[in-house]
Amino acid sequence: MATGEIAAKRVSAASPPRSLMAAAGVMALGWLVPGVGYWVSRKWIRGALVLVSVVAMFAIGLALHGETYTFNTGAILDILGFVGELCAGALYFILRLAGGTVANYYSVGGDYGTKFLIAAGLLNLLAASDARDIFLGRKR
Amino acid sequence: MSLSHLAAVVLFSLFASIVFGITLREDVREQVRYGLTAFAWFVGGTIATAWVLYFLNRH
Repeated sequence: MATGEIAAKRVSAASPPRSLMAAAGVMALGWLVPGVGYWVSRKWIRGALVLVSVVAMFAIGLALHGETYTFNTGAILDILGFVGELCAGALYFILRLAGGTVANYYSVGGDYGTKFLIAAGLLNLLAASDARDIFLGRKR
Repeated sequence: MSLSHLAAVVLFSLFASIVFGITLREDVREQVRYGLTAFAWFVGGTIATAWVLYFLNRH
């Protein structure tokens, strides 16, 4: 038996079985508020680090005048940009409510800012997925 | 706000490495080691690529 399987059985034996619906809720919570998905499983430090990292990246993206994408069916990069930023959860919705931003492409900073905004969303989605795995006992 | 290219790379790498370390490894020691390795690869890879592009542009 592989080491990974032994570890998975040990983790699943130590924690009670969780429903997939509850796990989906944890992931949704982690998506909406960065890092909070970890706090459900009492992983306080991990959650705090993810919260600080995602919020900081998003804030730097805003400070650099990154572009806020909205729903669109245009160029594929614009669609992917929207999906990436949407992954930041509440941060994206707050930004949209505040009016959003338009990238300053006359300086390289605006392009960097857009990348920071998108990366913040993608990292948030990765962390939310990880929080779900921890909740389900697939990972410690 | 304006950032130098290097500062942007370092900040991006720092936060991405933290999240990578947390999500892709289980034990704290492994997480720290993976985070540091990812950070070094992010920054080192970017600087190396920049030098390659610099010499390609010259020739």
